[in-house]
Amino acid sequence: MTGALDPARRMVLGLAGLVGFFGLWALVAASGLVGKAFLPGPLEVAERLVTLLHTSFAGGTLPQHLASSLQRFSAGYLLAAAVGVPLGLLMGRFRLLDDIVSPLFDALRFIAPIAWVPFAALWFGTGFGGPVLIIFSGAFPPCLLNAYRGARQVDPRYIEAAEMLGTPTHRLILEVLLPAATPSIVAGLRIGAGLGWQSLVGAELIVASTGVGYMMVQAQSGVATATVMVGMAAIGLVGVLIDIALRALEARIHNRLARA
Amino acid sequence: MSSIRFDAVSKSFGAGQVKALDDVDLAIADKEFLAIVGPSGCGKTTCLRLAAGFEFPTSGRVLVGNAEVREPGPDRAVVFQQFALFPWKTVVENIELGLRNRNMPREERRIRVMEAVELIGLNGYEGAYPHQLSGGMQQRVAIARAYVLDPQVLLMDEPFGALDAQTRVVMQEELVRLARRNPRTVLFITHGVEEAVYLADRVAIMTRRPGRLKEIVDVKSIREAEGWERYSRIEDVMDLESFVHLRTHIWRSLREEKTGAAH
Ligand SMILES: Nc1ncnc2c1ncn2[C@@H]1O[C@H](COP(=O)(O)OP(=O)(O)OP(=O)(O)O)[C@@H](O)[C@H]1O
Ligand SMILES: [Mg+2]
Repeated sequence: MTGALDPARRMVLGLAGLVGFFGLWALVAASGLVGKAFLPGPLEVAERLVTLLHTSFAGGTLPQHLASSLQRFSAGYLLAAAVGVPLGLLMGRFRLLDDIVSPLFDALRFIAPIAWVPFAALWFGTGFGGPVLIIFSGAFPPCLLNAYRGARQVDPRYIEAAEMLGTPTHRLILEVLLPAATPSIVAGLRIGAGLGWQSLVGAELIVASTGVGYMMVQAQSGVATATVMVGMAAIGLVGVLIDIALRALEARIHNRLARA
Repeated sequence: MSSIRFDAVSKSFGAGQVKALDDVDLAIADKEFLAIVGPSGCGKTTCLRLAAGFEFPTSGRVLVGNAEVREPGPDRAVVFQQFALFPWKTVVENIELGLRNRNMPREERRIRVMEAVELIGLNGYEGAYPHQLSGGMQQRVAIARAYVLDPQVLLMDEPFGALDAQTRVVMQEELVRLARRNPRTVLFITHGVEEAVYLADRVAIMTRRPGRLKEIVDVKSIREAEGWERYSRIEDVMDLESFVHLRTHIWRSLREEKTGAAH
């Protein structure tokens, strides 16, 4: 079919998928095939969501748990960006640093964020520090890798021009490598945010005494399936919102650079 | 003292498969203006990049002011064949980067940059980004970026290639004026034989790849003997018999290279 129809078509198909999913869910839940305690229907989950907006569960309302999760997320994510992006740019510039850091980084990055949980809990506790380290371990690799690749792919003519003008290293990184690598860096920040958010909830399932993940584990032990599902929906929704925000930022930066 | 010397310089690329320069010996005296002409791909840009410190010889040595070239630096300003302006910086920001690197005070910097903008005739475009300029305008910014450094050595790779005929003449005449007022060592690469004869003290002709030095033509002695300096306009100089003679000589020599005719 022609390209012009595509967006409308895709919207209809996407909507059909969602309606189908909720319909099937409602149907299975209503049929009684699965015990009500294990599979509440969509309406029940929605009701539970509304209730959790103002009633406390496992030490807080849903917004309070979310706020606590987002706080940890922000700390771990900003730390990952603040360390990963400059380090990546420096590695892109200095061969020596690249040779030293790259093998170490390659060895560490296959340790999944969830595998950091025991260590993080031992060292930094289950309150704030531990989860922050786990988020960091999820968000850091894309931040570093994309800044590094971005810096390595800068047109060498720009670097030569800067060197010929006597540009000192800090300025070369800030005014040449950084702007030239921006598209790649922003893509890394977006991927890192997604991975960081995913790791956070994983961390909270095990450590921490607040947060959405914690709320879900507490609900699980009381077989409050509707609450568990509210938690999943909240995680998904916030993840999507973070992604949309960073995609918008990425698109804006691309548009600005595309004019160049 | 800012002479440039190529000492038996050879340069190969990619594990030696592409030999760009073969045993080049060339000395450019302090404050001399030397132009290199030669067929496309013969290694002209390679010569310039060696002097700039972007590349290093496979064998032989490149010296600037008696010291071997080890890295790029603002004492050897480069005008690149493809401009290499920073797309994320405005005209003024591009021109002033070299002065900022030198920690020149803001006020003095502003004056120098405005003079340069005036010189290249880009008033009103100070805040424009390179992509908003024509190719010729971008090239003028690249020239200004090198001029403001007031370097001992200027390395220019076909700096007027992208200019329209009128602008080119203006820039050529301006370069001659600058060179007379404040002589410096210039290595100037061009495809324009007339440009080379008009601007240079000596013209070096290169062979096809692998580039060797074929011949060096002394222009300066003839320019002085024939009093070209009396004419300020390029077209008047180009009409002189002595100019035509030199130009034709270089043309023939180049043509042999381009067609590959045996001598
Ligand atoms: N970085 C590189 N890697 C491999 N080969 C190269 C490299 N730089 C130049 N060459 C080769 O060396 C030869 C000389 O190139 P150079 O750019 O010096 O030519 P030029 O005389 O400046 O040509 P033009 O007049 O077209 O600008 C060419 O054959 C080119 O393909
Ligand atoms: Mg060239």
